[in-house]
Amino acid sequence: MQPVNSYVLSATGIDKIFPGARALNGVDFSLRRGEVHALLGENGAGKSTLVKCLTGAYRRDGGRILLDGADIDPQSTLEAQNLGIGTVYQEVNLLPNLTVAENLFLGRQPKRFGLIDTREMNRRARALLAEYELDIDVTAELAAYSVAVQQVVAIARAVDLSGKVLILDEPTASLDAHEVAMLFRIVRRLRERGLGIVFITHFLEQVYDLSDRITVLRNGQLVGTRETADLPRRDLIAMMLGRELVEEVATEHAAKAADGEVRFRFRGFGRKGHIEPFDLDVRAGEVVGIAGLLGSGRTETAEILFGAERADSGTAETSGRALDLSSPRAAIREKFGFCPEDRKVDGIVGDLSVRENIALALQARRGWARPISRAEQDRLADQYIKALDIRTSDREKPIKLLSGGNQQKAILARWLATNPDFLILDEPTRGIDVGAHAEIIRLIESLCEKGMSLIVISSELEELVAYSHRVIVLRDRAHVAELVGEEVTTAGIVEAIAASAGRADA
Amino acid sequence: MNPRYFPLAATIAIFIVAYAVCIGQYPNMLSTRVIGNLLTDNAFLGIAAVGMTFVILSGGIDLSIGAVIAFTGVFLAVLLEKTSIHPLVAFALALAITTAFGALMGAIIHHLEMPPFIVTLAGMFLARGMAFVLSIDSIPIKHPFYATLKGIYYKLPGGGRITFIGGLMLVVFAAGILIAHRTRFGANVYALGGGAPTARLMGVPIGRTTILIYALSGFLAGLSGIVFSLYTSAGYSLATVGVELDAIAAVVIGGTLLTGGSGFVAGTLVGILIQGLIQTYITFDGSLSSWWTKILIGLLLFAFILLQKGLIHLTDRRRRHA
Repeated sequence: MQPVNSYVLSATGIDKIFPGARALNGVDFSLRRGEVHALLGENGAGKSTLVKCLTGAYRRDGGRILLDGADIDPQSTLEAQNLGIGTVYQEVNLLPNLTVAENLFLGRQPKRFGLIDTREMNRRARALLAEYELDIDVTAELAAYSVAVQQVVAIARAVDLSGKVLILDEPTASLDAHEVAMLFRIVRRLRERGLGIVFITHFLEQVYDLSDRITVLRNGQLVGTRETADLPRRDLIAMMLGRELVEEVATEHAAKAADGEVRFRFRGFGRKGHIEPFDLDVRAGEVVGIAGLLGSGRTETAEILFGAERADSGTAETSGRALDLSSPRAAIREKFGFCPEDRKVDGIVGDLSVRENIALALQARRGWARPISRAEQDRLADQYIKALDIRTSDREKPIKLLSGGNQQKAILARWLATNPDFLILDEPTRGIDVGAHAEIIRLIESLCEKGMSLIVISSELEELVAYSHRVIVLRDRAHVAELVGEEVTTAGIVEAIAASAGRADA
Repeated sequence: MNPRYFPLAATIAIFIVAYAVCIGQYPNMLSTRVIGNLLTDNAFLGIAAVGMTFVILSGGIDLSIGAVIAFTGVFLAVLLEKTSIHPLVAFALALAITTAFGALMGAIIHHLEMPPFIVTLAGMFLARGMAFVLSIDSIPIKHPFYATLKGIYYKLPGGGRITFIGGLMLVVFAAGILIAHRTRFGANVYALGGGAPTARLMGVPIGRTTILIYALSGFLAGLSGIVFSLYTSAGYSLATVGVELDAIAAVVIGGTLLTGGSGFVAGTLVGILIQGLIQTYITFDGSLSSWWTKILIGLLLFAFILLQKGLIHLTDRRRRHA
């Protein structure tokens, strides 16, 4: 073990309480000099809350932070920066309208005779960036450069200002493989210079590629800190998902592989920087589950299938006819439906009534020139409120007053009203109570019995196993495995997510 | 060429082409007299537009300057008529008031997190109202010092004159260019225009900068009011209605992005000169309605907004393929 004073930053017992939620519960985190420390966890695990407490963006409610052995209590990111903790965010926090040099030296420009010495500033900027193998025109606006270059400029600024701790919050999320390699070279060099680097990412390949140690958070609590070399990938995933591989629930897997003919055929379907091209066949009456860690490309797959993001490669066809999926409108015309993950943001229109929310998609498909009559709307709303057992006092109640599960059912009703052939459900059971959970699952099963094709995305593995005929596993924005029939088990899915074989890039 | 210079280059090209067209039709327009008059006639607008440039670069807007110019004129006229203080003292007083007025608006915008549009709109009504309180009549200024100032000029070869106020405008533009590009305050103004939350994260003192920007605009509006009173030798509370809009037009035609963060003070000078040139052309023509000035300015504004949109699109595309 290294001596205690090799820690540049150590936080002990950090608490952070938000109204109604305990975001961090006694979390310990320590960072050595000259190490890359990966901070991992699913969404809502508390990674960003912890980082914000360290950088002064949030005030912590308990615990100590020691920097170089001295207590610190930063009140703002600026103060943390001056103390030596620099942060680089996923979306570059620099000013695109200023030149590269101005961005590097804003607020500390070299002066001569009381005026900014632009030539000196540009010279210093070039010298600074030369250390990062970046030979660019520092007098050009930052906006003229790619995100990767901007990211490096942001790192250069943060290191130049702070110099002890560098926090990289998902720096690689919008970079391609080549750019990631360049970024990693730079990070390794900074590690050699003795900086403590915190690295937050969803890409496990990158964690194993770069980091020395890993800390995993879950539900605001510390799960553990391990040496990367001693932590097999499947153990790491178990730490993150909180499911011990041994205690796999032997869910009765009623669904046999559907053997009907292929109704929808996607070939080489993909979008650069979004999801790598994939092949996918969906049969009538089949439920295809999509599993993967957050950021693995699950929602991206859904968006591209529904035309919310336009595919830039590949073909889609149904019974020999090409499908037009260039926009959600086109997809709706092709009888596609999509219940997005965050229904508060993407799904419900809170102030409209249950009836209006249900009629929305059907109306959109018909076009505004052919309004659905009020009687027809009433009939539709009543039919689905009854069929899906949506608990509402009446159909004119604003949908925001309903519980989460009932909102979810109303959105389902919206798409069912369009009578789709192909329905995509993104996290249909997130944030709803257990009873509604079971109802949604029953609903999914009855829909596929009626011959509808469904794509269901979920992080609840047991749930996926329960209703999926097949499960597609995603990793690093690519479809990496397909489990059929007997293979569809929670252990099988975790194994597939963890498997590193067969993929060279990272 | 660096794309950030495109709008400025376009403005200068338009000015040169427009001037060439004017000369082609009226060769007399190529004289130092015309140039001298161009500067003198637009001095007050130019000075106010420098302040407006800073405000717009920071992503804000100042609707109060026309009213502040009128207030300054009435204030000076009343003070010089009713008291015996020297005009220089009156100038200092007027500048102190308008600067404080601008700073106050800046403080409200920053501390109460109010949109600049609303705050300066209120400021506009307030300043115009104060001018009416002082006097509703047009008051002539007959102080001999005014005559002295108006008598100062630099004679150009060819009979043209750079008058005191024309020269003052050039000095203000020079100072404005220096402040914008060679001081930390100037860099902070651009930073604010690029995005206030990011600028804050990068350590820009948002509050101080905002207050200074509107104080500077107030100061320059006051100076513009002094120049206007020298130009007309009177103070009238109904004068300079809508000058803020002319100033905004000059700033935008000068290549500054209305959303802030990009542009040049020098461009505003060219914007002023283009407006002045159109007016001069109409005077030379004699048969055209003076409303043609507005129509042409309107068309130019549209053209520039389209140009800016196109540029943003272009840089976006470039970045994506970088």
